[in-house]
Amino acid sequence: MNKDYTLRLSGLEPLVITKETNFVNVGERTNVTGSKMFLRLIREGNFDAALAVAREQVEGGAQIIDINMDEGMIDGVEAMERFLKLIASEPDISRVPIMIDSSKWEIIEAGLKCVQGKCVVNSISLKGGEEEFVRQAKTVKRFGAAVIVMLFDELGQADNFERRIEIAERAYRILTEKVHFPAGDIIFDPNIFPVATGMEEHRRNAIDFFRGSKWITENLPGAKISGGVSNVSFSFRGNDKVREAMHSAFLYHGIQNGMTMGIVNPSQLEVYNQIDKELLDMVEDVLLDRREDATERLLEYAEKVKGKGKEKVLDLEWRNAPVADRLSHALVKGIVEFIDEDTEEARQYFNKPLEVIEGPLMAGMNIVGDLFGSGKMFLPQVVKSARVMKKAVAYLLPYMDAEKKLSGDTSTSQGKILMATVKGDVHDIGKNIVGVVMACNNFEIIDIGVMVPAEKILEAAIREKVDVIGLSGLITPSLDEMVHVAKEMERLGLKIPLLIGGATTSRAHTAVKIDPVYSGPVVHVLDASKSVPVAQSLISKDQLAGTTKRIKEEYEQFRIDYKNRKKDKNFVALTHAQQKKMALTYEQIVAPTFLGNKTFIDFPLDELRERIDWTPFFLTWELVGKYPRIFDDKIVGVEAKKLFEDANKMLDEVIANKLLEARAVIGFYEANSAGDDVIVQTSGGEQTFHFLRQQNEKAANLPYLCLADFVAPKESGKKDYMGFFAVTAGIGIEPLIEKYEADHDDYNSIMIKAIADRLAEAIAEKMHELVRTKYWGFVENEQLTNDEIIHEKYISIRPAPGYPACPDHTEKRKLFDLLQAEEATSITLTENYAMYPTAAVSGFYFAHPDSKYFAVGKIDKDQVVDYANRKGESVEYIEKWLAPYLAYDN
Amino acid sequence: MDSNMNINEILKQRILILDGAMGTMIQRYKLEEKDFRNEALANHHRPLKGNNDLLSFTRPDVIKAIHRQYFDAGADIIETNTFSGTTIAQADYDLGQEWVDLINYESAKIAREVADEVTALNPAKPRFVAGAMGPTNRTLSISPDVNDPGFRAVTFEELVIAYKQQARKLIEGGVDIILIETIFDTLNAKAALFAVDELFEELGKHWPIMISGTITDASGRTLSGQTTEAFLISMQHMPLLSIGLNCALGASALRPYLQVLNNNAPFYVSAYPNAGLPNEFGEYDESPAAMAKQVEEFCKEGLVNILGGCCGTTPDHIQAIAEMAGRYEPRKLLA
Repeated sequence: MNKDYTLRLSGLEPLVITKETNFVNVGERTNVTGSKMFLRLIREGNFDAALAVAREQVEGGAQIIDINMDEGMIDGVEAMERFLKLIASEPDISRVPIMIDSSKWEIIEAGLKCVQGKCVVNSISLKGGEEEFVRQAKTVKRFGAAVIVMLFDELGQADNFERRIEIAERAYRILTEKVHFPAGDIIFDPNIFPVATGMEEHRRNAIDFFRGSKWITENLPGAKISGGVSNVSFSFRGNDKVREAMHSAFLYHGIQNGMTMGIVNPSQLEVYNQIDKELLDMVEDVLLDRREDATERLLEYAEKVKGKGKEKVLDLEWRNAPVADRLSHALVKGIVEFIDEDTEEARQYFNKPLEVIEGPLMAGMNIVGDLFGSGKMFLPQVVKSARVMKKAVAYLLPYMDAEKKLSGDTSTSQGKILMATVKGDVHDIGKNIVGVVMACNNFEIIDIGVMVPAEKILEAAIREKVDVIGLSGLITPSLDEMVHVAKEMERLGLKIPLLIGGATTSRAHTAVKIDPVYSGPVVHVLDASKSVPVAQSLISKDQLAGTTKRIKEEYEQFRIDYKNRKKDKNFVALTHAQQKKMALTYEQIVAPTFLGNKTFIDFPLDELRERIDWTPFFLTWELVGKYPRIFDDKIVGVEAKKLFEDANKMLDEVIANKLLEARAVIGFYEANSAGDDVIVQTSGGEQTFHFLRQQNEKAANLPYLCLADFVAPKESGKKDYMGFFAVTAGIGIEPLIEKYEADHDDYNSIMIKAIADRLAEAIAEKMHELVRTKYWGFVENEQLTNDEIIHEKYISIRPAPGYPACPDHTEKRKLFDLLQAEEATSITLTENYAMYPTAAVSGFYFAHPDSKYFAVGKIDKDQVVDYANRKGESVEYIEKWLAPYLAYDN
Repeated sequence: MDSNMNINEILKQRILILDGAMGTMIQRYKLEEKDFRNEALANHHRPLKGNNDLLSFTRPDVIKAIHRQYFDAGADIIETNTFSGTTIAQADYDLGQEWVDLINYESAKIAREVADEVTALNPAKPRFVAGAMGPTNRTLSISPDVNDPGFRAVTFEELVIAYKQQARKLIEGGVDIILIETIFDTLNAKAALFAVDELFEELGKHWPIMISGTITDASGRTLSGQTTEAFLISMQHMPLLSIGLNCALGASALRPYLQVLNNNAPFYVSAYPNAGLPNEFGEYDESPAAMAKQVEEFCKEGLVNILGGCCGTTPDHIQAIAEMAGRYEPRKLLA
């Protein structure tokens, strides 16, 4: 039986792959790195829809499904486990074998523990050396899985024929001789790289893959070949005709040379012998490197079939098209340069200026909407398109007003939407993005700004006869404010649909807290692209009743599930948690170089620039991926790059012309903990800061954390210290925003806010470093890269009130008073403790070497009562502020 | 090792006979609560009657007598009385690891003693002890909560730990073979194989492994949904002595699935069906002769290498099967 090289896999049913088996098609859509839609579903925790993706693939003929959860914003281990366990309950999916795909070993291992059938691990390699390779291969074998080996070793990825066979042979020997891995269960991925990139060294990428595959098949008995096919046509993104031809030609030659299986999207595959003969020749010239000018010829052909020139070079060919096409082109491409002259030309052509909007402009925006809806355009592009649209409309407005005077009012939009950030909250990037996307879809947006009290929202809604109200908020107290708005709407007997969005909002909060107090429809929308179909279904007379009923039922069910689920969690008594606090010693206390406050104004921005953590910046624009890897992302990479260039251009300008100013204030004070409080000695007497302790039941040996533990307790007799800070990079932002908004330029208005936010985070990081190494000085030699700082590899912490380690926003008032932050930095606090400008960060410094970030999580009633007593506030007051953190219903 | 060499050699020559039901035989003794307790368990707060594995040290006389009856009926291999001998299964009785260790060690030890006694009487026919590892009462692929299909009552690690403890004590007690049986969830069995593989590596020595799955109904699938062939493929990564099917169905219903194993398994094939299906009183009433006649079909087709009985079978059934099987050639291993 040793000579049996059959690859046998199983789900609920067997999949037997022999030499005679034709190509095995691996489904690729349940992969967060390859499918934006799947990523979104996983991030939303919408596993039902994610399962539907898997089911569709199996129904569509995938013989194996590849599952990948490698994404910075999700917990890959948890997502992999959950998805695989759910798949186990779906016989129509789990009938096929699973391919567990991850570059992280812990995700692979977690996946292996959830799959009963014989699966495929994708992948392991010699990248981390032989020892690690052997260890991983042994574990894979012990779980009874087949394995894909990437041709990668300590020196890097195999990118030519010689390296491919060298690594493959070495890996094969180790696997068969040392690990005794069944040869038939070894699958090599000899790296499919793009061709026709214009780079000389990429010319042999395909042919070396073919030759390598052939060599492996002939020389390493039993070994199979797999690969991700779409990579090969990377240079022709957007040109489906060429890509499809390249994929099928590549597969044709791949299979000829021993390729057994591959990850390929069946919808992106032309039938080999139906490929246009001329195109096939050119494609094969490229793949097989048959001619010196193969790439040029294919590029030329590609331009021809696409009907438009290659980008990059400023191509003004489109200027020759009819005006309607030019408008549409400008909208899709986000080009503002010619918009006024084109709009004028169109205005003269049509009878009425309104017809320009209803005609070519709307047609163009519909294309944009469709492309965005289907994931072919991304948020930054859409915002640019909106800028073009707004400019065109602005150009037409005077003509329309003149017309209106003659003919009376007209209204053409899909519906009117009122948008507001609720009272006490000043954050509006998300709200503005939703507004832009909705406007693109022909909704009329009435944006009444930030910090809007309920009465003003309702008054405007009634006056403007809006069809939908959208509420936004970022800080936790906004959740309560939204409940308040909903209650007021109910009191006034309104039935206007209510959309809820913003970073702290959730489906859970909307279902459990908002929906029950308002009899009209309430919907939580996760991001901009979701809001359009929801708003449409709420405005359409035909759909409203059905949608309302469906959502009400869905939230009702959610509440029932939520109630049941809550019982599972166990909470320990506060007294127990306090006894089991972290055991710390307080031997290394270092006195700060000064006591009291120190203010920094006009902090050099270029020093902050290098400290920027870009990953959240891309997230603001709904582009998901880690910086700088995001630039290599197959889907969003190109847009990310453009966005990054625009951001840096703006940064250059901001720095050169000092458009923004960064300020900071820090302070150090003698302090000792007393229970869960920290008592700080100020010139005006004692000031007590109150903290919360974890209560969610943990394993016996784990402590229940509270920030106060990081300061030496009074009874220790040791003199300890605590630090405080407030920083901003938003001084001077208002005139910039006003200027952009006056110019109908949402793109740059959002951009400047996003940049100011990043600079604020950067100055918080920079001040923390100065505190560590200079002003408090408890670290002598610190040599950390920016990446290490972003990953919090430093000693000490700087938690912010309102965030997981100390979720109570109201402590911010004391912090601000102590630092006299308003006078020092011009940051102000709203009545709900949001900071303005929004590009601001404030918090505490804890220098204890064992201090670390953590989340308090939910707390039980005993702690709420205790905390209220300590703060001298009523229990109701505390419950209002900590509502999202209560472990019980109140 | 000797027994390994031996059993492989013998399997080439003839069909080996496994014993029959343990529970059915224990019922005949009409045991009471006190029989399930020793001094240390005298005041245990949970009822223990029905926890048959305890009898290996509270009433070793009973268990040894049953083992002896099966050997006398012609069995080559007996199973240790350890079907529920994991911390996970014993948690229902609130019995911790020290008791589980005792169950496995003592069960293996007394089975070893009886096997050695009988072998000594006729050295030409060596007798073997298989350490039985049951499926536990938890599943890794199925949620016990219909409202939450993603929920699991046990983790892979927990099962690996429990199985490893059990296998270690069985080996210390002297078993010849590890038998992972009545598998209704393949992932549980994978955890058992994982544990055994780790243990072997630790001990630097291998024991033969027998695998026996359970097809739960006429759909021909395990409880966790796999077809017989998928089950085989999922268990094939370890060098097994045998793979087969037991329990749930009577002999004739098992035949089509044994054919699948016969066609595909690179190991020896085993079968130990129930004595038919339970009647309206929950009793298995198929007679030894009737059962032997059905099992004879397996032998005629050359489907099996190891034969025995599960629920409802007695030494009489085993004797009838052993006599019948002696007339047939064993299944040939796939080339």
